Amino acid sequence: MRVQEKIIEKILALCAIITILTTLGIILILAVEAVSFFGEVSMVEFFTSTEWTPLFTQKSYGILPLLSGTALTTLIAIAVALPVGIIIAVYLNEYATDRMRRILKPLLEVLAVVPTVVYGFFALMIVTPFLKMFIPGISGFNALSPGLVMGIMIIPFVSSLSEDALSSVPDSLRQASFGMGSTKFQTAFRVMVPAASSGIIVSAILALSRAVGETMIVAIAAGMQPRFSFDPTVPIQTITSYIVQVSMGDVPHGSIAYQTIFAAGITLFVFTFILNNISYWIKSRYQEKYE
Amino acid sequence: MNNAQKSRLLDKGFRYLGIGITILCLLVLAIFVGFVIYMGIERLSWDFLISLPSRFAEQSGIYTAWIGTVWVLVFTTIISFPLGVGAGIYLEEYGKKSRLATFLEINIANLAGVPSIIYGLLGLEVFVRMMKMGNSILAGSLTLALLILPIIIVSTRESLRAVPSTVRDASNALGASKWQTIWHQILPASFGGILTGVILALSRAVGETAPLIVVGALAYVPFAPAGPLDEFTVLPIQIFNWVSRPQEEFLINAAAAIIVLLLITFAMNGIAVYLRNKWQRKVNW
Repeated sequence: MRVQEKIIEKILALCAIITILTTLGIILILAVEAVSFFGEVSMVEFFTSTEWTPLFTQKSYGILPLLSGTALTTLIAIAVALPVGIIIAVYLNEYATDRMRRILKPLLEVLAVVPTVVYGFFALMIVTPFLKMFIPGISGFNALSPGLVMGIMIIPFVSSLSEDALSSVPDSLRQASFGMGSTKFQTAFRVMVPAASSGIIVSAILALSRAVGETMIVAIAAGMQPRFSFDPTVPIQTITSYIVQVSMGDVPHGSIAYQTIFAAGITLFVFTFILNNISYWIKSRYQEKYE
Repeated sequence: MNNAQKSRLLDKGFRYLGIGITILCLLVLAIFVGFVIYMGIERLSWDFLISLPSRFAEQSGIYTAWIGTVWVLVFTTIISFPLGVGAGIYLEEYGKKSRLATFLEINIANLAGVPSIIYGLLGLEVFVRMMKMGNSILAGSLTLALLILPIIIVSTRESLRAVPSTVRDASNALGASKWQTIWHQILPASFGGILTGVILALSRAVGETAPLIVVGALAYVPFAPAGPLDEFTVLPIQIFNWVSRPQEEFLINAAAAIIVLLLITFAMNGIAVYLRNKWQRKVNW
């Protein structure tokens, strides 16, 4: 009996250790391929050149166009999701009745359930033609439309997590504020939001990380043209959509072109890894303040 | 207007802003879904579901795509369910105080934030190249299983945590061993929650496109796969393929396929929400 119990425990531990192997696997394969990539391409060129043309005959390996594309769509998405998400979170937590909240919160979460390839279709078929009515010069593929749609997609991440943070602020703070004669609006933005700020920042960082790694919306609607530019009306390419583009073609294993997706991948991984760790750090450092 | 009046006005204004923006978001969702139904519903027919893909949009169907989706879903479940639940049990019941457990916890939180396309790169190198599985259903399923593992682990732990300690104490007091307590008491009591988490994770896997493209799921598969080592395509990739073409007919096909994909994901999420409500009401500790 005792031996059997020990064996079961070891098997369960093994299941958990798979997650460590996954992380190690990701880091190792990205690093190995990237090292052999940087054996052929200088780091200086990678980080300073503004041309990314690994698939052309005239090859150039500057990641900046992909970074600018990624930053552009991410910024647009966050500019939509952060204010909207926080307003919704405050509304649901402070103003909405219990019944309203119970209906609205899951309905909003449907926004996060829709597969991203479907959002790409929406961006291309609905949002871009809609934008054309106001910005006649906008290209059929552009950064603005997928950025906006990505923003809509990540609203529930911000609103749900921020709402959780707001509702974990003790009621005594709210009552104290009301007792001083504050309105709900004053209570919400001068007491509750500052008190829940660490949770709200965590939600914003997670949304940011999500937008950086989002793939299909930009692959469909942003145009797949690497361009070092911050103009949201022209076609661009992000790190993720570049990886998709190469994966669909017939790039021979072991070639430099094949290794570029790992070099691009490790850049993406490093960015999201830093963001995730910042949010984890904030969470573990500040969350217990009110417990 | 004095200050008090101004703040009351602001208060009222924000109430309308809040409800307005919330409704606007739902309206956008409704417009999106309404548009895709309007565009694709006429194309949706029995023929569309059982036709192989074709160069001609009108004859093209999603048979290989949804068969591929079913295959991938089944294998992803078989792989990720025991691993995820096992890891969840270990972390929640066994490894609580150890340094390994703390490290595992941080690691899992990190994995949950890794972009899905990175898992595709992992699958491409490890399963497709090193283990020589090729662009097969198995390679795709293993990749998706690793992708959803963190979600399953986290939700398993939450369900286990919801079981009150009195159940554990009672079982221990009767002389049951640790594993007997887990297997006969805690797992049955938390099964509803675990199942809910697994279904939610799988509904995420159904919609994943990017990692499968990287692993090498094909856009054009002329025959439905018959085994785990066959090449395959899935619904989202078929949709992506059709969306990327300029012809209007293919876009209509894409809309019709999206209706099917949305039906599947909404149904899975609906089941999960239903299970969660039912289970929460039944188990009233």
